[in-house]
Amino acid sequence: MSKRTVELELATPGVDAEGRPARVPLTATGEPKLAEEHMLVNIGPQHPATHGVLRLVVELDGETVVRCIPHLGYLHSGFEKLGEYRHYNQIIPLTDRTDYLSPMSNNVGFALAAEKLMGIEITPRCTVLRVIACEMSRIISHMVWLGTTSIDLGAFTPFLWAFQERERIYDLQEMWTGARLTTSLTRVGGLLADIPDGFVDKLRHFTETFPKTLGEIDRVLTRNAVWAGRTQGVGALTAAEAINYSLSGPMLRASGVAYDVRKDKPYLGYETYDFDVIVGEHGDVFDRYLVRLEECHQSNRILQQALDRLPDGPINVDDPRVILPSKTRAMSDMEAMIFHFKQVMEGVKAPVGEAYVGIENPKGELGTYLVSDGTAKPVRWRIRPPSFINLSALPRMAEGHLLSDLIAINASVDIVMGEVDR
Amino acid sequence: MTSSSPVPGALRTEVARDGETIVFLAADRLLEAMTWLKETPGQEFDYLVDVTAVEFRDRERPLEVVYFLRSLKRRADIRIKVELPATAELAVDSVWSLWRGADWLEREVFDMFGITFRGHPDLRRILMWETYAEGYPLRKSFPLRGRFSRAEQVRQALNVNPEANYSLEELSIAEAAGDLPDDMRERLRRGERGVIPEPPTAA
Repeated sequence: MSKRTVELELATPGVDAEGRPARVPLTATGEPKLAEEHMLVNIGPQHPATHGVLRLVVELDGETVVRCIPHLGYLHSGFEKLGEYRHYNQIIPLTDRTDYLSPMSNNVGFALAAEKLMGIEITPRCTVLRVIACEMSRIISHMVWLGTTSIDLGAFTPFLWAFQERERIYDLQEMWTGARLTTSLTRVGGLLADIPDGFVDKLRHFTETFPKTLGEIDRVLTRNAVWAGRTQGVGALTAAEAINYSLSGPMLRASGVAYDVRKDKPYLGYETYDFDVIVGEHGDVFDRYLVRLEECHQSNRILQQALDRLPDGPINVDDPRVILPSKTRAMSDMEAMIFHFKQVMEGVKAPVGEAYVGIENPKGELGTYLVSDGTAKPVRWRIRPPSFINLSALPRMAEGHLLSDLIAINASVDIVMGEVDR
Repeated sequence: MTSSSPVPGALRTEVARDGETIVFLAADRLLEAMTWLKETPGQEFDYLVDVTAVEFRDRERPLEVVYFLRSLKRRADIRIKVELPATAELAVDSVWSLWRGADWLEREVFDMFGITFRGHPDLRRILMWETYAEGYPLRKSFPLRGRFSRAEQVRQALNVNPEANYSLEELSIAEAAGDLPDDMRERLRRGERGVIPEPPTAA
């Protein structure tokens, strides 16, 4: 181990003849041995290529990554702790803020777990609307991923196309919930609101025009020599490794493991929709790109089927202990007012027990594990954060690659730090 | 299905409200049972979904370390629990040797609950910083706003010593450890990172 410090000495004594400090150049007496020593590079926490506040301390041999040490927690907000002090419905706004690139899908994941815990069966219309919410989330999340990853690798145009499409979904989310990002769409046993007039037509128009953009992105990137060169064979994981590292979602499927929660442990009636599980072959950055791009097509298919079958009927379960009465009834009917009061003041009580529901979020399996002791607040609310677990394979994937490939690999994991740090 | 479970070291089984089977294991036989579950034909739980812990509001109840296992081949799930009495030492064996995915999950449980995983190669805090001194946030004895006053938290944040940003191991990559003052190097070697000076006492 040689010391990196360059030995320097003054060419002349430090003062000139008149006693003033001499301004003479410093000359090096020893050259550093570049070939032998490793360099430490700190990336983040404020760095655009780390997609948030991830900090990576990287040991480099020349330009090759020898070791990568991630540091997390810069966005830790203690959601799980806070959830122990909140009613079940009060936790839903917190789920918006975990994976803030797919808030509606997180809302659905939490509501499903709470309903499983309480033994509530949601209405058919609510089920289909939640499928629509989940698939819209998948599209915007994958669009952000595509845009930011292409920017990281030097392609600017797909970024603009992807964000334009995302904006159209954001408009739909705003129509439905009044918010673009913090949607808080679901309630235990139902939804915040039914879809407004014109929503179905607008979403149908989106599903008809969206594949054109996907086709354009495909034409610009898939056979692009620069894109292929930067992504193919980079950060590859075998199927066995992907399983051993507990990867989920597109990361797992790109390595050739056909596990999709929607197919293998169906929720919201996903088994009745006609869509394909997209599986990669090489498990590298390029396959992850292909899987996500094709998943957008599949989400679009599911959206069309959901719109076709959207049944009429109520969106909330008919249970005054769970669902708030309408404002008019609460103000005019004594019994409704009591239910309103009890729900707002005491919350919805869950029976003693526990429930885990995993859903296929855009980034992987989002698990919600709730433990109740019979009160209206959970004893434990655990989020299984897909991008946290996917990120834990980053040091393994980056070893031996170039520093510029580390950026591509980190982008391919599709992390969102709000969820990694929670 | 109370006592018929063939898992080695199983104490009892329950069925959760979501229909999943929960197997309670004796803490000292955890690694043996997990190896059995992963490698026995017909079980093949090759995928670790999640590791977490639960502490109940009832202080008498033991803490639970919960493992969610899945067999990708059989498309089957199982939930494994180990009970740790709060009065005894909070430690279980690490399953890192079976699933690399346990690396960060166990670190998070250690960080949030203070449960030690014996045999984990790199058991450091993960979400909180390494010099975090307020305890383990998800324990029920931990107040929602933290143990320190807001003023103390701000004072500590403003006084963070830059040396705390890198571990001695990381500094050795850049061979910068040799350039540090002797006392700082000594503190880092002892693992005392980012020591915050006490506020001057009013004379």
